[in-house]
Amino acid sequence: MSFDAELIFSALRALTPILFAALGGALCERAGVFNVSLEGTMLIGCFAAVTGSWFGGSVWVGVISAVLAAMVFSLLLAIGAVTLGADAVVLCIALNLLAVGLTGFLLRTVFGKQGTFGDPDLKGLQPVDIPGLESVPFLGRALSGHSPLVYLSWVAVAVIAVLLSRHPWGVRLRGVGEAPEAAQSLGVSVARYRYAAILTSGALCGLAGAQLALGNVTLFSENMTAGRGWIAVVAVMLGRALPIGVLLAGILFGLVEAVGFRLQGEGMPQQAADAAPYVMTLVALFLATRSRARRGAAPPGRLTGRIPRPRRFARTTSEPQS
Amino acid sequence: MTASKAGTAIEHPSGPAARWALHVRGAVFSPVTVSIVAALILGAIILAGTGADPLTAYGSVLTGAFGSEGIGDTLGECIPIVGLALALAIPLRAGLVNLGGDGQLVLGGLAAVSVGLYSPFPGAITVILALLAGMLAGGLWAALAAVLETRCGVPLLVSSLLLSYPAMSFVSYMVRFPLLQKGSGIPQTDRLPEGVKLPEFAAGSGAGTGVSVGIVLIVLAAVVYFVVDHRTAAGYEVRMTGLGARFAGYAGVDRARLTLRLMFASGSLAGLVGAITVLGFPYRMVDGALTTPGYTWTGLLAALLAAASPLGTVAAGFFFSALTIGGFGMEQETAVPQQLTAVLQAVVILFLAVRGGIFRKGGWLHRLGRGPDGAAAPPPDLETGVLESGVLEPAVPEAAVPEAAVPEAAVLDTGVAGPPAPARGDGGK
Repeated sequence: MSFDAELIFSALRALTPILFAALGGALCERAGVFNVSLEGTMLIGCFAAVTGSWFGGSVWVGVISAVLAAMVFSLLLAIGAVTLGADAVVLCIALNLLAVGLTGFLLRTVFGKQGTFGDPDLKGLQPVDIPGLESVPFLGRALSGHSPLVYLSWVAVAVIAVLLSRHPWGVRLRGVGEAPEAAQSLGVSVARYRYAAILTSGALCGLAGAQLALGNVTLFSENMTAGRGWIAVVAVMLGRALPIGVLLAGILFGLVEAVGFRLQGEGMPQQAADAAPYVMTLVALFLATRSRARRGAAPPGRLTGRIPRPRRFARTTSEPQS
Repeated sequence: MTASKAGTAIEHPSGPAARWALHVRGAVFSPVTVSIVAALILGAIILAGTGADPLTAYGSVLTGAFGSEGIGDTLGECIPIVGLALALAIPLRAGLVNLGGDGQLVLGGLAAVSVGLYSPFPGAITVILALLAGMLAGGLWAALAAVLETRCGVPLLVSSLLLSYPAMSFVSYMVRFPLLQKGSGIPQTDRLPEGVKLPEFAAGSGAGTGVSVGIVLIVLAAVVYFVVDHRTAAGYEVRMTGLGARFAGYAGVDRARLTLRLMFASGSLAGLVGAITVLGFPYRMVDGALTTPGYTWTGLLAALLAAASPLGTVAAGFFFSALTIGGFGMEQETAVPQQLTAVLQAVVILFLAVRGGIFRKGGWLHRLGRGPDGAAAPPPDLETGVLESGVLEPAVPEAAVPEAAVPEAAVLDTGVAGPPAPARGDGGK
C-alpha cells in the first residue's frame, strides 16, 4: 500500500461526517449536556437529506432539510433534558433507537423500499475544485475536489474554536457547562444556552448526515451511520471537547477508515476493515488515559455530563480566563 | 413506585379491599402505564396518518402476537428478547449501562457453535459444554469492557459499545471464512451434528412448536436474578449502588469489583442467549441472524421500561416480544411497515424518561399551571446537570473537589450515569 494523495483525499472524506457530529458533541459537552444521540441525529439527517434531494430536485434542498430535520429531532433531547430535566443518557438511547425505527418506517412508507434507497436520478453533492490549489502536485489531489460540505466542516472547526475561546457567547456557554449556578446567578440563562448548544449540535449532525448520504455515497440505507456517531462521541473525549482536538481525533479515525478501505482492495477481509476504526478508537482511548494517568490527571472521558473540568482547560488552552 | 404505593397504603389502612384498590389505582396511573398508553395514542395518530385504521391495526397486532399461529412465535421471540433484557438489566440495576449486548451475543453464539461442531463428546454433554462456552465467551468480553472502565476510565457505555463492533466483525469473518459451510451460497456454518441441539417443545399434534427448551433456561436465569436481587447481600449492594453510587462507595461497596462481576454476569447471560439461539433451529450459525433483528436494543428498552427489576424485566420483555411479532401480523393485515413497533418501543421509553419532568411536583405541568408565579420559581435548568435520581452528583460539590484530590476511585464513584429508573425501586411490578 502506498501513502499517496488519494489516501489523504479519502481520509478527509471519511473524516467529514465524524467531524461535524463531534463538533456538535463538543458544543453540548461544553454546555454541560452529555449528548450520545449523535448517531441517531445523524441518521435522521441522512434520511432527510435523501428525501429532500429527491423530492426537492436539488441537492441543497436536501442539505437544508437534513439540517432542519436533525434540529427538530434534537429539539426532543433539548426539551427532555433541559426543560423536563430527564436523564440525558436514557433519552439519548431512546432517541437513537427512535431514529433507526423511524427512518426504517419512513423508508417503507415514503419510498416503498426496504433496506436501501438509491436512484441514478438522486442528486448528490458535486465536487468543488479549488482554483489555484488544484494544480499543486500533491496537495491539489488531496485537498481539492471535495464536496462543499467538506470545506464547510473545516470552516466550522475554525468558527467554533474562535467562538468558544474568544466570543462572549462561547465564554458564557462554557460557563453554563462548568458552573451552571454561577452562570445563572450572573444572569446567563442556562436553559437558553443549553438549548442553543443542543440545537446547533443537531444542525451539525444534519450536515454530517447530508455529507454521508449525498457526499460519500448517494443513497440512503438503514442504519447507514454504522457507529460513526459513537466514534464522534469518542472523538469529543479524546479531543477534550476542544474543536482542534476533535479535529485531530477525527483525522486519526478518517485515516484508519481510509487505510482499511485501501487494504480491503488489496485482499484484506472486509470485516477487518470494518473493525479497524473501533479498535483504533479503543487503543487511542487506552493510550490517552494511560499517558494522562501517569501525569496524575483524571481520565478524559467521564460520564458526568461535563467531561472537561475548568482547571484542565486553564492548562490546555491559551484562552483568556473568563 | 412500590414504595409510594406502600406509603399511600399505610396512610389509609382501611381494610384489605381499599388497599387493593389503591394498588390497582397505583398500577393504572403508574408512569409505565401512562407512557405505554401515550405511545399507543401517538402510534394511532401515525397509523391514521398513513391511512390505516388504528383499531384494525392494533387488533392485528394482538391476533398476530397471541393468535394460535402467533403465540409460538411470540414465545420463541421471548428467548432472545427476554434473555437480553435480563442480561442488560443486571448492570442497569446498579446504574451501569451495557450497550455491548450484540458483541457478547454473537461471541456466545460463535463459541457454542464451535464447541458443537468440534466437540468429541456425545450430544448431551456437548450441548452443556456449548452453553457453558457461550456464557464464558460473552462474559469475558463484557468483563473486558468493565476493565476498560475501571482501569482506564473509558465510560462503560462507550467501552462496551466499542468492543461490540470488532466482536461482530470477528464473528462475521469466522462464519464467512473458516467455519463456512462448503458449497453454500448463504454465509452460514455447517449444521451441528445430529443430537447436538436443544429439543423443541412438541405441540399436541406432535409437530414442533418452534419453542426450544432454551426458554426454560431463560426462566431459570430470571428466577436466579430474582432471588439474588431480593434475598442476597450481593443483590442489596447492587441495588444500593443503583440508588446512590457515592453512598454505596462510602458504605464499603467495591465499585470496581462490582462492575466487573455485574458485567461478567451480564455478558455471560447474553452469551447464553447466543448459544441457545444457535443450538435451536436451524442448528447452525448464520451471519447476521443474531444481530439484524436488534434483540439487544429491544432488550435494553425492556430493561429500562422495567427499571431493571427482575419480574418487571420479564414482563416488559414479553410485552416487547409480542409487539415485535404482532408488528409482522399488522404488516400483513394492513400493509403498515412493522418498523412502527420499533418506533413505539422507543417512544415508550422517551415518555418514561421525561415523565418526572412533566408530572412531578414543580415539574413542567405544575409550573405551567402556576403561571407568572411559576416563572419566578427556581428555574429547572439548574437541575439538568444532575440526574433525577441523584446518581450523578450535583455540579457544585464535584467542581469544588480539588483536581489533585480526585484519584481514580472518586472518578469511578461518579463515572457512570445511572438511569433514573432504578431509583424508583421495583418499578415494573
